[in-house]
Amino acid sequence: MSKILIRGARLLGGEPMDVLIDGERIAEVGTGLTAEGADVVEGEGRILLPGLVDLHTHLREPGREDSETVLTGTRAAAVGGYTAVHAMANTFPVADTAGVVEQVWRLGKESGYCDVQPVGAVTVGLEGRKLAELGAMADSAARVRVFSDDGKCVDDAVIMRRALEYVKAFGGVVAQHAQEPRLTEGAQMNEGIVSGELGLTGWPAVAEESIIARDVLLAAHVGSRVHICHLSTAGSVEIVRWAKSKGWDVTAEVTPHHLLLTDELVRTYNPVYKVNPPLRTEADVMALREALADGTIDCVATDHAPHPTEDKDCEWPAAAMGMVGLETALSVVQHTMVDTGLLDWSGVADRMSARPAAIGRLAGHGRPIAAGEPANLVLLDPAYRGAVNPADFASRSRNTPYEGRELPGRVIATFLRGRATVMDGKLT
Amino acid sequence: MKRHLISAADLTRDDALLVLDTAEEMARVADRPIKKLPTLRGRTVVNLFFEDSTRTRISFEAAAKRLSADVINFSAKGSSVSKGESLKDTALTLEAMGADAVVIRHHSSGAPHRLATSGWINASVVNAGDGTHEHPTQALLDALTMRRHLSGVGRDLEGRRITIVGDVLHSRVARSNVLLLTTLGAEVTLVAPPTLLPIGVEQWPCKVSYDLDAVLAKSDAVMMLRVQRERMNAAFFPTEREYARRYGLDGLRMAALPEHAIVMHPGPMNRGMEITAEVADSPRCTAVEQVANGVSTRMAVLYLLLGGSEPAITGTRTDSADADGRPAAEAPEAARTEESK
Amino acid sequence: MVDDRSIRTSASPAATGRADAPGIAARPVLEGPDIARVLTRIAHEIVERAKGADDVVLLGIPTRGVFLAHRLAAKLAEITGRAAAVGSLDITMYRDDLRLHPPRALARTEIPGDGIDGRLVVLVDDVLFSGRTIRAALDALNDIGRPRAVQLAVLVDRGHRELPIRADYVGKNLPTSLRETVKVLLAEEDGRDSVLLGQKDPGPRAGHAADG
Repeated sequence: MSKILIRGARLLGGEPMDVLIDGERIAEVGTGLTAEGADVVEGEGRILLPGLVDLHTHLREPGREDSETVLTGTRAAAVGGYTAVHAMANTFPVADTAGVVEQVWRLGKESGYCDVQPVGAVTVGLEGRKLAELGAMADSAARVRVFSDDGKCVDDAVIMRRALEYVKAFGGVVAQHAQEPRLTEGAQMNEGIVSGELGLTGWPAVAEESIIARDVLLAAHVGSRVHICHLSTAGSVEIVRWAKSKGWDVTAEVTPHHLLLTDELVRTYNPVYKVNPPLRTEADVMALREALADGTIDCVATDHAPHPTEDKDCEWPAAAMGMVGLETALSVVQHTMVDTGLLDWSGVADRMSARPAAIGRLAGHGRPIAAGEPANLVLLDPAYRGAVNPADFASRSRNTPYEGRELPGRVIATFLRGRATVMDGKLT
Repeated sequence: MKRHLISAADLTRDDALLVLDTAEEMARVADRPIKKLPTLRGRTVVNLFFEDSTRTRISFEAAAKRLSADVINFSAKGSSVSKGESLKDTALTLEAMGADAVVIRHHSSGAPHRLATSGWINASVVNAGDGTHEHPTQALLDALTMRRHLSGVGRDLEGRRITIVGDVLHSRVARSNVLLLTTLGAEVTLVAPPTLLPIGVEQWPCKVSYDLDAVLAKSDAVMMLRVQRERMNAAFFPTEREYARRYGLDGLRMAALPEHAIVMHPGPMNRGMEITAEVADSPRCTAVEQVANGVSTRMAVLYLLLGGSEPAITGTRTDSADADGRPAAEAPEAARTEESK
Repeated sequence: MVDDRSIRTSASPAATGRADAPGIAARPVLEGPDIARVLTRIAHEIVERAKGADDVVLLGIPTRGVFLAHRLAAKLAEITGRAAAVGSLDITMYRDDLRLHPPRALARTEIPGDGIDGRLVVLVDDVLFSGRTIRAALDALNDIGRPRAVQLAVLVDRGHRELPIRADYVGKNLPTSLRETVKVLLAEEDGRDSVLLGQKDPGPRAGHAADG
């Protein structure tokens, strides 16, 4: 592998520096660097961040290769500036055995665009009744550390308690999809003024908050750590803030779409805005941004959820829930957090790389940009402005809520262990 | 420009009055030896019913036929729809068949909106009831009925006090009526147990009460909504008996109404549940009249959407008549383009 | 108002001035007393031709035809000493140009209690122009009953017929060019009686609306 010199990029948004990559690692960081025979990447006016890490990606393989595969999903991740993604367990078959997680892990290795860290199911078949073989998945080649029934809530308090306790043995974490099932039967959108007018069954904030409250108490009780997936309400923020103030080991993520979009969009009845948890109100969006800025929410996770066209090209209640997000996440975060002054670029590096890597116990990612570190990097142009065009997506699916919307910033290059997966904004 | 009738909110006061005034004239056709007008000759109206509703379908069918339109009935039962054909494919089929209007009843809230805005179809879309969202022609026929009894033909409902009682949460009739009656100047009060009111109802342009007896004496019309017995199983109320006792309309409660007040019901009635037989069969109950008004109202809607070069329901118009008392006779730009073709 | 309701396409002679914009320098061709006089004459003609007018039903075509029909009815009553049957006939739903305009609001059709079967129906309108209004009126009549005969009375005949229709009773024959407008004002609607002849507004609105 040859040498690459990234010249004059602003490290974490700071002063312009040169970064020399030699092989898989960063060889040198400084000013006025030169290197014989190195490929030079112009970094002037651009921002250099550690490669992004997603705690929450649906790659759909095995089972729903019509919407995404490990290959297409990791290509999308690379375009979005990611160097590692956690692949959620709700595949067909469910990733609830060492065999399935190893298969996904191996497919990730073969893709070469982005590291794929499988998430294991908490319960067999995501059914919430019987613990899956969490230890076997942890000990497998995939070295699973994050367990989640995402898409479904581990609603049985005893099962949740046991899972929280059990994963302590291998440093695991349970990532909870907080949704009280009885309160959300048939739910179509956020319960509030808009749902009342539109006649769509509501998904009340309390259905999320009550589970989060229970789970932080359970985690504290058994001395384990718990991670809250896609936190979406102001009330959830308050509960997490309170739990952290107690010193409990609670972490939380927020999706880019919950930082930007509100339930007012549902008035279009366009299922591209249908997602779980649902788009909430403006007050919730503001509380989430503030919580991400002050660290109450640890990280941004995409909940990248590809669906084929036919699952969205229909009436609202018949449509699937979810949005793709890998290729637009960084732009949405720049738009909602950086351009608003809530977070600087080093904050973005923390929330989109360091912290998710730490929560997932992922080695080699989310590291500082320093000599000797793995060369997992993303170079972006923050001055770019352009409308989102789903036809350009690397993902197999097109279900983005941002079609035609102008968003700032663009990934120029992504480096996975020294190899450019994206260069000049294009996959290599 | 509104080409469709999806929500009662699509109608301005002038639009609504135009529909009601037109419906009054349409009603007179029913008294003639030949109950038919040539107006929509050559136009095709499709009744697309994904949900059983013989009453509404027949009403739209009669309306379209009295205007000489060709009517195609397409019901979900026994059709490709029940075999998993998507709404989109159904729409494309209707488009290929040359439908000028699609009257759609669907169990999903928003399906008519989706049909009208998805680009799948060029026809005018008329919402004949979608999920728990809206049923605008029902609200129009209710307003027509109220106007005849309470304020007179040609007028709006300014200051009339309308009480809507029952399962507001699941009622498309209630949603459309709140919007339309408010547009027409009425003061609407919703009465229901708190479990059957949607979150956010306090933001609606109406009052809310949990106490039926407290509002009866101040009501010019009381509209009883159908309450489905299965709601009991989902714990919206404890028993049928308790519901009927607290929110049902019986003879005693009817006697508390002002002398001129009418009792309305969109049908089908649950006698003994929200309304007793005594009230349902009393001359003050307009349920049958509402059905008759349904046909003229739907004739008016179809005429105003399909009868010209472009719909007359603009959603924006402020003055509906020129100096002659006719609708503004000048064709808007779009219409003139049409003429020159 | 020019004969705003009669039926014709915009490419036809109907493309005259705006209904309520009689054009430049409109000049009266009939004033109140003249109108009263011609209506009296028409009433006498009806009585004479209908041999007493026992079975006459006057049906005015909205808007101004209805007022004229009621005036004629009053005059018939004066002459014969009996109340004359009078009503209105809205032709909107029978127009042949429905698809060329946004849908119009409907006017009232009011058929006298005894109906029109076997009676002599006299249609009454303000201006006879293309004849399309009258064709629509004949279609509408057909759906209501079967008169013994149908006749037509108009206050002004301005020519330019597009259909084989003629009036039985004419208040005034008024040769016009297509660039002219004819506007009938009646006290019931307009506050005064007058027939105005004007020039079509050459402005951008000229090409539409008045379907005379």
